[in-house]
Amino acid sequence: MSKKKNVSLKTNQAWCKGCGICVAFCPVKILELKKDKIHITDKEKCIKCGLCELRCPDFAIYLEEEENGQ
Amino acid sequence: MAVASKLIENNFRMNRLPHIWCPGCGHGIIMRGIAEAIENLGYDKEKVCIISGIGCSSRAPGYMDFNTLHTTHGRALAFATGVKLANPDLKVIVVSGDGDATAIGGNHLIHAARRNIDITTIIFNNNIYGMTGGQYSPTTPHGDLGTTAPYGNVDNVFDICRLAEGAGATYVARGTVYHAKQLEKNIENALKNKGFSVVEGISICPTYYGRKNRKGNAPEMMMNLKDTTLDKKVAAKLPQEKVEGKLIIGEFVNKSQPEFCEEYHKIVDKFTKED
Repeated sequence: MSKKKNVSLKTNQAWCKGCGICVAFCPVKILELKKDKIHITDKEKCIKCGLCELRCPDFAIYLEEEENGQ
Repeated sequence: MAVASKLIENNFRMNRLPHIWCPGCGHGIIMRGIAEAIENLGYDKEKVCIISGIGCSSRAPGYMDFNTLHTTHGRALAFATGVKLANPDLKVIVVSGDGDATAIGGNHLIHAARRNIDITTIIFNNNIYGMTGGQYSPTTPHGDLGTTAPYGNVDNVFDICRLAEGAGATYVARGTVYHAKQLEKNIENALKNKGFSVVEGISICPTYYGRKNRKGNAPEMMMNLKDTTLDKKVAAKLPQEKVEGKLIIGEFVNKSQPEFCEEYHKIVDKFTKED
């Protein structure tokens, strides 16, 4: 679980199988499935806890360090 | 453009992903845990060998970018013993399933434990034979359904951790895919142990075990793991009635004992030095 500031939530819809685990365990409820694929509803509210990344069996959601301090 | 986290890009064969496990299958969580544990310990990838047998779990080495070996059903530990004895410097990891490790390869498991050979075995326990269509395994609970137990399983389960402990493993732990972080720590500690280590990772199989036994979808099965397990340290402080029926997770054994390869090479040295 990352406490870094310069990270942002990324998804890879091609790998998402729509199991809904990340949606169920997101503590701020900003994830949903649309047509069985992961969508972030409100990126601003993400607390970057990394629970979705930790429990995604398909590695389709993750926190990535932003380049050039963006 | 990146399609996955650094951890995945650094430790997996990207051209093999996404994996073929079913939606909601917990195996990917354990596989990620193994990669993270290896990365945390800073092992040289060239010095790690991951070996598997047959089954859903045993597909993992195909995705992982290390030295890997996909062997015959239940025999991963036999191959691993050979790899380890010939290359004592390699960090050897065996990835197995509940059926592969405790039924088909049950004897290999107990004897590898008895020998205390320096191999870390991660058992992905999903309580069923998933790949072949949902037949009951040695860890399918009594009364539960499988395609080969349409009226309920009459057998009792193996407690993998107690089996490993009884057979002489020097590190034994159990975790679940819900408690993914603790499981990762267990794998890390297992890798650090110089001897035979067993980590039972309780996984979920929504497709066969879950559907057959009406356990709900993947998130519900994950929540079920939270509700039906208790940490060993917490359980120790609770009255017996609150512990009853719960699956205990945590570290059960972590001890130091003479390791097989070292003992074996001591004998070899004894005779080679005399020449």
